[in-house]
Amino acid sequence: MARTLINLPKSIRRGDTVEIQTLIAHPMETGYRPGSDGVILARDLIRHFKCFFSDASGQDLVFSAELFPAISANPYLAFHLRATGNGTLTLIWEGDQGFRQTETVALQVTD
Amino acid sequence: MRYWWQFLWLLTLSAVIAHPLLAQPSTTEDNLGRRSGFADMSPTTQAMQRDDRQNPAMLWVADGETLWNSPVGSANKSCSSCHGPVASLRGAVVRYPGFDAASQKPVTLGERINLCRQRHQLATSLLPQDQRLIALEAVVAHQSRGMSIRPDPDTRLKPYRDRGEALFSQRLGQLNLSCAQCHDQQAARLLGGTVIPQAHPTGYPLYRLEWQGMGTLQRRLRNCMSGVRAEPFAYGSPDLVALELYLVQRAAGMPLETPAVRP
Amino acid sequence: MLSIESKTVRAIQTPLISASTTTRRQALAVGLGLSAAVLVRPAAATQDEMTQAMNAFAAGARIQVGRVFLDVARLVDNGNAVPATVSVESPMSPTDHVTAIAIFNERNPQTEVASFQLGPRGGLAKVSTRIRLATTQKLAAVARMNDGSCWSHTIEVFVTLAACIETD
Repeated sequence: MARTLINLPKSIRRGDTVEIQTLIAHPMETGYRPGSDGVILARDLIRHFKCFFSDASGQDLVFSAELFPAISANPYLAFHLRATGNGTLTLIWEGDQGFRQTETVALQVTD
Repeated sequence: MRYWWQFLWLLTLSAVIAHPLLAQPSTTEDNLGRRSGFADMSPTTQAMQRDDRQNPAMLWVADGETLWNSPVGSANKSCSSCHGPVASLRGAVVRYPGFDAASQKPVTLGERINLCRQRHQLATSLLPQDQRLIALEAVVAHQSRGMSIRPDPDTRLKPYRDRGEALFSQRLGQLNLSCAQCHDQQAARLLGGTVIPQAHPTGYPLYRLEWQGMGTLQRRLRNCMSGVRAEPFAYGSPDLVALELYLVQRAAGMPLETPAVRP
Repeated sequence: MLSIESKTVRAIQTPLISASTTTRRQALAVGLGLSAAVLVRPAAATQDEMTQAMNAFAAGARIQVGRVFLDVARLVDNGNAVPATVSVESPMSPTDHVTAIAIFNERNPQTEVASFQLGPRGGLAKVSTRIRLATTQKLAAVARMNDGSCWSHTIEVFVTLAACIETD
């Protein structure tokens, strides 16, 4: 389980477009770097990220990303969501060596 | 100031601005001519440090908070068992390194955490580069963000601090350079494409972009030593602790930024 | 990576000189030579590969310049973590919105940096991340719209290497 930090604004009004900021602890080893013994360290990357929004009417994909070795270690991804109502955000990171991490965040709007 | 409410407003404003969570690192020199490495960074790297939602070091602070509350060792105690919430340690870090009476020598924050583990939690020490130790140091030091560095005035620290001061001016390595030559005499000038900082330890442990991870002041000092082609002092060696003591004295009064971001 | 290699070659050709008779710059170059021996340089992407990858992403559409803003600092402190934000002018309405954004580089080992897919709940076509840049090079962001049209912004970013080469 890697540490994640997911940030949304504290108060969200219905109809606001908000920025969702995410951080996850992961080395994003490129597969190009030699270790201290000169042997190339094995590639170990997060490859995919997806964020879904679910409410009573169903589940929609808000944002997804394909990541390559050029994404820095401890990947930071920030994207936007138009908050139409209360619901749940599901964030999924997947990558090499069977890496998979899911986080859920409740979204609450004020009228 | 003509009206009493103007004075009250100024007082409130100063209290709000001085609040540690709002205090931002300075981008200029203080009245003693000292500037934090923060001021030498590009605006985008500064923004990375300023915004807790973007600062990768906050991942370690979050880990540290979890570790703070996790029981360990045969005593099955967490840090919070004795100390309560980690926020109660606000103000503790600014005086480190301190003098440990039991072992009769100076100790750094990391060493203090390990001593607590051994003596009170009955757990093994963590190695200096262990991410758990760095996370604990990060969350503890973070509680004092914005406060002024106030070196421990304990007179028993003086001989060690003096040793640190001597080391700071000692030429080392194949490049035969002392810390003082770059960081006192040539600070603010360019080496390659990089501004030479004054080298004040205001934000440790910090996220260094070069490491792509978190590290302590000792890790950074060891990097500097290999940078001048010297054999780096071992982690925890008395000479590294002495250097830490001197550097903290040299930065006395500067605000703590932990966890900082540096190139 | 490129400049470390070129410094290595120079350093090997320069005899070891004592620090007292040489400039600090020469002494550093010698030091770099001694430390850089184990660095491996993978083959770098090229301008052609970047163009090809951009065209593949555009899926046949002509890539026009405009509507996209790739915000990256022109001069970066360290190539390991460079903040990058892509914004696209778009109402993000059901009939007029961005479906995907991709970032490409010119000189890293691989030309793709990331690609992003925006859903109907996006609200604003603005994505931020942090990227690795091996050296000074061009970066391009391409946005694909729901009508198939593609827009782009290309910039040049300067990356300086750490002056002190250190081992951990």
